[in-house]
Amino acid sequence: MIEICIYGRGGQGGVTLAELVAHAAILEGKHAQSMPSFGPERRGAPVFAFLRVDETERIKVRAEIKEPDVLLVLDPGLLGVGDVVSRLKKDGMTIVNTIKSHDEMKSKIEANKIATVDAMGIARAVLGLPIVNTTMIGALVKATGIVKLESMEAPMEERFGKVAAKNIAAMRKAYEETVVS
Amino acid sequence: MGGEKLGWKDLELGCVVTEPGSAGEYKTGDWRSERPVRENEKCIKCGICYIYCPEACIKEDEEGYFEADLYYCKGCGICAHECPKGVITMVEEVEE
Amino acid sequence: MKKEKVVGLEGSFAVAEAVRLANTDVIAAYPITPQTHIVERLSEMVAEGELDAEFICVESEHTAMSACVGASAAGARVFTCTAGQGLELMHEVLYIPSSMRLPVVAVIANRALSAPLSVWCDHSDMMAVRDIGWIQMLAENNQQAFDLTLCAYRIAEDSDVLFPAMVHIDGFYLSHVIEDMSLPEDEEVAGFIPEYEYPFTLDPDKPVSMGCYAPPFIYPEAKKAQEVAFESTIPQILETWKAFGDRFGRYYAPVEKYRMENAKIALLTMGSCSETAMLAIDELRAKGEDVGLIRLRLWRPFPFKEFREAVKDVEVLVVLDRCVSFGMGGPVCSEVKSALYDQQKKPHVVGFIGGLGGRDILIEGFEYMIRSALEKVKAIERGEEIETEMIGVRE
Repeated sequence: MIEICIYGRGGQGGVTLAELVAHAAILEGKHAQSMPSFGPERRGAPVFAFLRVDETERIKVRAEIKEPDVLLVLDPGLLGVGDVVSRLKKDGMTIVNTIKSHDEMKSKIEANKIATVDAMGIARAVLGLPIVNTTMIGALVKATGIVKLESMEAPMEERFGKVAAKNIAAMRKAYEETVVS
Repeated sequence: MGGEKLGWKDLELGCVVTEPGSAGEYKTGDWRSERPVRENEKCIKCGICYIYCPEACIKEDEEGYFEADLYYCKGCGICAHECPKGVITMVEEVEE
Repeated sequence: MKKEKVVGLEGSFAVAEAVRLANTDVIAAYPITPQTHIVERLSEMVAEGELDAEFICVESEHTAMSACVGASAAGARVFTCTAGQGLELMHEVLYIPSSMRLPVVAVIANRALSAPLSVWCDHSDMMAVRDIGWIQMLAENNQQAFDLTLCAYRIAEDSDVLFPAMVHIDGFYLSHVIEDMSLPEDEEVAGFIPEYEYPFTLDPDKPVSMGCYAPPFIYPEAKKAQEVAFESTIPQILETWKAFGDRFGRYYAPVEKYRMENAKIALLTMGSCSETAMLAIDELRAKGEDVGLIRLRLWRPFPFKEFREAVKDVEVLVVLDRCVSFGMGGPVCSEVKSALYDQQKKPHVVGFIGGLGGRDILIEGFEYMIRSALEKVKAIERGEEIETEMIGVRE
């Protein structure tokens, strides 16, 4: 089982991201569980969403993820809010949306492995909106291989209808541009 | 907020919060994606920003100018929208 | 086996699917966290024509249940859902369909009660409605939320039952979680729930009076008739669950056992934490401990026979309550003890309270309860009095 914490702000679509990836994993025949951090929704407030995917076993644990394998940070400003990176498992990975170079981030974050991408730049260019959740799916898929990139298309088409194509394009661009090491 | 550390014996009768305005101690400044930036040379000190701020986080200084408490300001931009002189601009928070 | 597809579905949407597949006629509900997604999805289904039902927008939960009573008496298949304070506001009216024998179906997204205000899950709302005379059952995951909601219609409307039925799904833990589950094709569900035929449907050609006044000379007889009828619904509940299992391959029982073979210690849970509890049992079994898990699926009528059978060889029964009965400890623990009191051979029962107001119960929490219970039993055997322990509370 792989456990992923998505760290974003209320309104950024972190919960939607978790749901879309869960749907894609289930379509691939895997077991998946997406869980928001329960409670009131407050725009801009730091908020977690949780995602578990297991290739073979039904997911039985039903609680927030305390020690994720992967931390996906939608907003680089959040790296300084709360002590999130230290919650990662020892060999865990942090995936960050950032305008900084990969090497600069690598020296800043104390994680075994990191992945970086300028998701905001891609979202502005491709979607014309500063919303990075679907773009960051590209980074997540590149960095973890948790689902196939193609598997994301059906859930995104169902969720976004007419604007799905742009979101898929943004996701694909992020997949290409994400640097992992 | 610090409530995460309170034990059950620390709670007041009926969970009463005895300190007025304690919500201000909760750092909501990091919810912000844009911050209000002022050009005080254009400011007429009318106080409309102070009145309209839904979080009451704008305070008057000794010279009569107004300033948002960025520890609490969530960056909603209502002050910038209401200012009759265009003193306030919402500027995107940049990655440090 | 019938044709089903594996889908990712939120617990709330799974419930809404069951309500649609049951061809519900009338929905009367008022939105409240964490039940909101159920009513939102249902109102969308009605607006989009996916479900041909009357959606009554009411101004409160009290009215929601009142509307359900009227619609059910008129011969409609009726659904409502609520949570927490909403169920409490509905409380007065909840006794009406059970004593008038109207088979309303309700889903409760279980939530803590104020104060302090909490929108998060526990079983305080469920325990406050123990005595309302509704058939009550609990789901542990989204699959069961769907299956049991569908079954609830057939059970409630069975001509040998005719009691309202309530399915409890833990708020947020099921209502807001998306996970994989099997959803039957529409045509596979067809016929599972027979036409609803209420014997005294409101009809101008055959006038009847319902909900009459009962002076002392007749009220006790009315209650005796209700209690006898209610207690004898268990065979029909079992019949529906068997029919469901035969059709869809998933069988349900009033008391469900997990790794209870040769178990000397049993943990008893209800609702969404039960699968996490299974992981704790797996870990303890791997260490060679004789532990197992019992879950109460059916809460009302209380399944005395099945429960006593499940614990007959157990030495220590560890009961988790997600509710406080103030001044009395845990309500489930009290009931379990009373169910065992007259038994010649019975386990020690040790109660814990946990998971209040949305506090997660982790695998370590269940392991702690089991270890701690064994210590408490030693104290009981020394003649000491034991208090119900609230787990994970900061001093």
